[in-house]
Amino acid sequence: MKIYSLGANPNKPCNILNFKGVSLMLDCGLDINSALHFLPLPLVASKRLSNLPNWIPKDAQDAALLDGELKECENRVLVDGPIEILPPQSDIFDICDVDTILLSNHACMLALPFITEETGFKGRVYATEPTLQIGRLYMEELVNYLERTPKSQRANRWKQVIQSLPPPLSGALRPNDWKKVYSTKAINASLAKVRMVGFNEKIDICGALTVMAVSSGYSLGSCNWIIHSGYEKIAYVSASSTLTTHPRPMDQVALRNADLLILTALTQTPVANPDSMLGEFCMAVASTLRSGGSCLVPCHPSGLLYDLFECLSVHLDNIGLSQIPLFFFSPVAETSLAYSNIFAEWLSSGKQSKVYLPEEPFPHAHLIKNGRLKHFPSLHAEGFTNEYRQPCVVFCGHPSLRFGNVVHFIELWGNHSNHSIVFVEPDFPYLEALAPYQPLTMKIVHCPIDTSLSFTQANKLIRDLKPGNLLVPDVYLHPPVSAPLRSDLVIQELDPPALGMKSYQVLQLPIKRKQEKVHLDPALASRLEPIQFKTGLSASTLTGKLDARDNKFTLKVLNEEEGGTLYSAAERMLPRHPWGSVDTTQLLHLLSQHGLLDARVEDTPRGVVIHLPREDTVIQLEGSNTHVYCHDEALRRTLRDILLQCLPCL
Amino acid sequence: MTDIKVTPLGAGQDVGRSCILLQMGGKNIMLDCGMHMGYNDERRFPDFSYIADGNLTESLDCVIISHFHLDHCGALPFMTEMVGYSGPIYMTHPTKAIAPILLEDMRKVAVERKGETNFFTSAHIKDCMKKVIAVTLHQTVQVDSEIEIKAYYAGHVLGAAMFHVKVGNQSVVYTGDYNMTPDRHLGAAWIDKCRPNILISESTYATTIRDSKRCRERDFLKKVHDCVDRGGKVLIPVFALGRAQELCILLETYWERMNLKAPIYFAVGLTEKANNYYKMFITWTNQKIRKTFVQRNMFDFKHIRPFDKSYADTPGPMVVFATPGMLHAGLSLQLFKKWAPNENNMLIMPGYCVSGTVGAKVLSGAKKVETENRQVIEVKMSVQYMSFSAHADAKGIMQLIQYCEPQNVLLVHGEGVKMEFLKQKIQQEYGIDCYMPANGESAYIPCKPVVPVDVSLSLLKKEMALYDTVGAPDPKRPCRMHGVLVMKDNVLRLMEPEKAFGELGLNRHAIRFTSCLQLRLPGSASRAMDQIQLILNSQNTNYPVKPSEEGVLNLESVSIKMESTDKEDRKSMMISWALQDEDLATWIMSSLRQVIV
Repeated sequence: MKIYSLGANPNKPCNILNFKGVSLMLDCGLDINSALHFLPLPLVASKRLSNLPNWIPKDAQDAALLDGELKECENRVLVDGPIEILPPQSDIFDICDVDTILLSNHACMLALPFITEETGFKGRVYATEPTLQIGRLYMEELVNYLERTPKSQRANRWKQVIQSLPPPLSGALRPNDWKKVYSTKAINASLAKVRMVGFNEKIDICGALTVMAVSSGYSLGSCNWIIHSGYEKIAYVSASSTLTTHPRPMDQVALRNADLLILTALTQTPVANPDSMLGEFCMAVASTLRSGGSCLVPCHPSGLLYDLFECLSVHLDNIGLSQIPLFFFSPVAETSLAYSNIFAEWLSSGKQSKVYLPEEPFPHAHLIKNGRLKHFPSLHAEGFTNEYRQPCVVFCGHPSLRFGNVVHFIELWGNHSNHSIVFVEPDFPYLEALAPYQPLTMKIVHCPIDTSLSFTQANKLIRDLKPGNLLVPDVYLHPPVSAPLRSDLVIQELDPPALGMKSYQVLQLPIKRKQEKVHLDPALASRLEPIQFKTGLSASTLTGKLDARDNKFTLKVLNEEEGGTLYSAAERMLPRHPWGSVDTTQLLHLLSQHGLLDARVEDTPRGVVIHLPREDTVIQLEGSNTHVYCHDEALRRTLRDILLQCLPCL
Repeated sequence: MTDIKVTPLGAGQDVGRSCILLQMGGKNIMLDCGMHMGYNDERRFPDFSYIADGNLTESLDCVIISHFHLDHCGALPFMTEMVGYSGPIYMTHPTKAIAPILLEDMRKVAVERKGETNFFTSAHIKDCMKKVIAVTLHQTVQVDSEIEIKAYYAGHVLGAAMFHVKVGNQSVVYTGDYNMTPDRHLGAAWIDKCRPNILISESTYATTIRDSKRCRERDFLKKVHDCVDRGGKVLIPVFALGRAQELCILLETYWERMNLKAPIYFAVGLTEKANNYYKMFITWTNQKIRKTFVQRNMFDFKHIRPFDKSYADTPGPMVVFATPGMLHAGLSLQLFKKWAPNENNMLIMPGYCVSGTVGAKVLSGAKKVETENRQVIEVKMSVQYMSFSAHADAKGIMQLIQYCEPQNVLLVHGEGVKMEFLKQKIQQEYGIDCYMPANGESAYIPCKPVVPVDVSLSLLKKEMALYDTVGAPDPKRPCRMHGVLVMKDNVLRLMEPEKAFGELGLNRHAIRFTSCLQLRLPGSASRAMDQIQLILNSQNTNYPVKPSEEGVLNLESVSIKMESTDKEDRKSMMISWALQDEDLATWIMSSLRQVIV
């Protein structure tokens, strides 16, 4: 068993597990952090951005080469060009050989079009229905944002002089492998390949493995995967949450006693507690609103957003700010909100029970009905100008602050100290995200909310699940770079020690298969004549025709006419397996019955030797060993049968 | 060989009161728990005393409900709360949401209208539903350590499911009611090739290959259109859920297409609430509705508005959906009383009516109907019966058999005569046995279980490697496998004989033979050995003999050694082998003799 790492971000995982001759791609995450190296793409030309000075390298030759590709903003060097991202890298594994892709949640599948449409991928993809639909929304939003602010000129020259650039650009990961985002056509083609699965639905993979999605409690339809060979169990745990939010709770029982537990996508904010951050978020928004300012909340179009709506609206009600409008901008806003209300079967039991009434499970449906929450595909959408009033709270993407409606709002509100921007999404380091907008006057509040397992929760989970082996991204075995002294923020030592998975590397895993399942045909089973040794223990020899179809084995009756073994000319004999030792008296009696009357017995230190002088034959009996020296084939067969008569056989 | 026993307590050669008892692998499972709408006495509920006297919890491992129609779940509160059953009950989420509403509706009619006593109460329905475990499609639910169930889409009504029930190595598929062609709001039933021992299928339309549904729809629409064109009022008594939604969609799209202006109303309350269920469970509807629901939720009707009682006397044409469906009470009866005497009006009955109800009387052609307060109503309006029930027809049933490839078929929920016809057809076409037990009659279906065995991977790989060396799989030369099957505490393991002896705690007895073989071979001893090697390898190129040491050839446990040579090129060979390689040694000796002597 081997695992191949195709990505570098443990929260946007993409690994290939090779087991029993089957290659499973576990998630297909897309790391969009490369976007932070680029200048934001505003909807309308921004004077400030276009007036940013060119970055001047020390080497004049480099300056000529770059030709203004790099701009400088408050000592940060940024690329002026269309945004590029790093898809999973398949240089260590040929994607053509991937049989199946298993997707865990919408946030871990955004690279799918790169894999299914730009490689020779021929396999199948499995995801739950909400994962598929919400993943589609994320992809469509991404493409929509990037397509409506096109930049014609690709910026590539800076990559040639990357060593001489200042950090962080100099540390950009594999910039030569960066690509432009996929097209809407690619999204549709790619997602058409996805087969929808339910929780706890057993799916057969090439006849060799069974996989099953179990709830991970992270988002609507998010799941962990159980991979079973019939004997070995592997649990793949990606982005799970033990907190009580809107999704179905995490199914931990199903993950128990795995031979291998693969654990990834733990919290990206190990030092922040999501509950207290949610409280801080509400307080920060409220305090800005009270002082007459508006709040900008950069966010993704689903997931955490639903919880934010719910908590914030209740908080504002409690402090008498119910009249404040909430705006939600996204090209997929309407679809996201509509979908959230039809996935009852994927919700926490509290939300689910509302559907039985029948009422919408999420309170945002009610907020929309009474006009408190208003959603628009974009700023230019019909009706927005009439509705717009301040103070207000604006939820919009993209959280990288490089594209989407958020760019416009920062430009609009950035110089007003009574407004604030509140960071909740944990995917991007907020100071880097803000770099191209500096200097800013608006208040900056950072309360990242990541409901994924914390290290404490992960360590507890591992103790509960008792896996035979544990595999985690190598970075989880060391304290995070942001808090090098926090030795508690690691996966604790285990026996056997946890295996660390390094980016873009292959790792051999210590799982050895010992058994396989074969089905006995009823006709063959009825022919068995087992010998019972004691209650509950019996045995029988078994010879049959092995039928292997789709990696499933059946043993059928081996017909006489179907020839025999490899040695087709040979006498066909079913092997018999004697045990115990030969009783000399019985043997002599049988010999004499067969007319062999001249047997002479001679004692030896280890047993007896029987001589048949007339037949030039010797039978050596030594405990559980018998050796027959006989040169007459007919006699030898007689002796063989006599011996087998003296011994119990299987 | 263990039999699977199937006993219909209802729906055996009959429609109504579906309740089938399934016994397999020592487990007792009840499939559906319906009531008969045609009876008012004890015959309306299944005879639970067949299972046990008194409490059923001990005698039943679980109950599975296929969909929310009362002939499939109507007896459930009676069974759980009045007879007594506290074990698990499984149904899909929409069924769990909608069934209690229909049960309550029915209870009201039975108790409040017909004045029945000894009927279950509202509290009973609530307590009963608390015992229900909701399942999602395709989810594998482990009932206990042995029973596993899985739901498939059945397309009959919202949330209708077929269930695959597995106990050990045996399995049964129960279809409930299903529909193999997608309709206005639901998709078609689907199941994978799960190869059950038995497929228990409904057979309502066992003999019909139904005319296209479009025709019936067109007919319905034309009648409604004609009626409103001549200024008449159309009354459609419906139950709140199921057909009502399909008819609403039908009329809504027709109104839009034909640009009709006559108002369509539905009675406020239950139907509106019902439409809400459809909105929430949109993932259970068909592809088309699911795809467009964001832009336009099919169940947000533009042309269909809530009805107010004052509209009843508004002149001019209108179409009204009103509950209840059998005209036995409520708004539908009130409107009927008002509109019946006018020949311009029309009554469309889209479903079944229990005898004794006004609906049943009207349908049977009564021109004068007496209602509760001895009021006699003259029926001049035209009366139409339109069946839209979504069941599989003969073609659909055959299709489903093809989908899941059962070893046997058992027919329920249909008329005996029609079943007989379908039974013949199934036996002819698929060559599998088909059963059709009557109520209270048990069918014993023999099953040949396939026994799963754990085989040691080393043995499997060894045998496969032997087979693989010969190259492409040859159908004439099977891959032979030999080992010892050890049965320990009901676990079967196939292993190499050596391992088996260890497992059994026995001392293997090794028998070895040594024979002398005289051959005539020219040349030196070593040349002769080379030649023997050549001969053996030429006969079986894929399994080469290799010299292990000077003057000795080895193959498995067989060793061939040159003993002596004389002037006349007579070579004396010693060949030695263990008992298990007897056939190999025999083959070697005979091939050497054939070629050389």
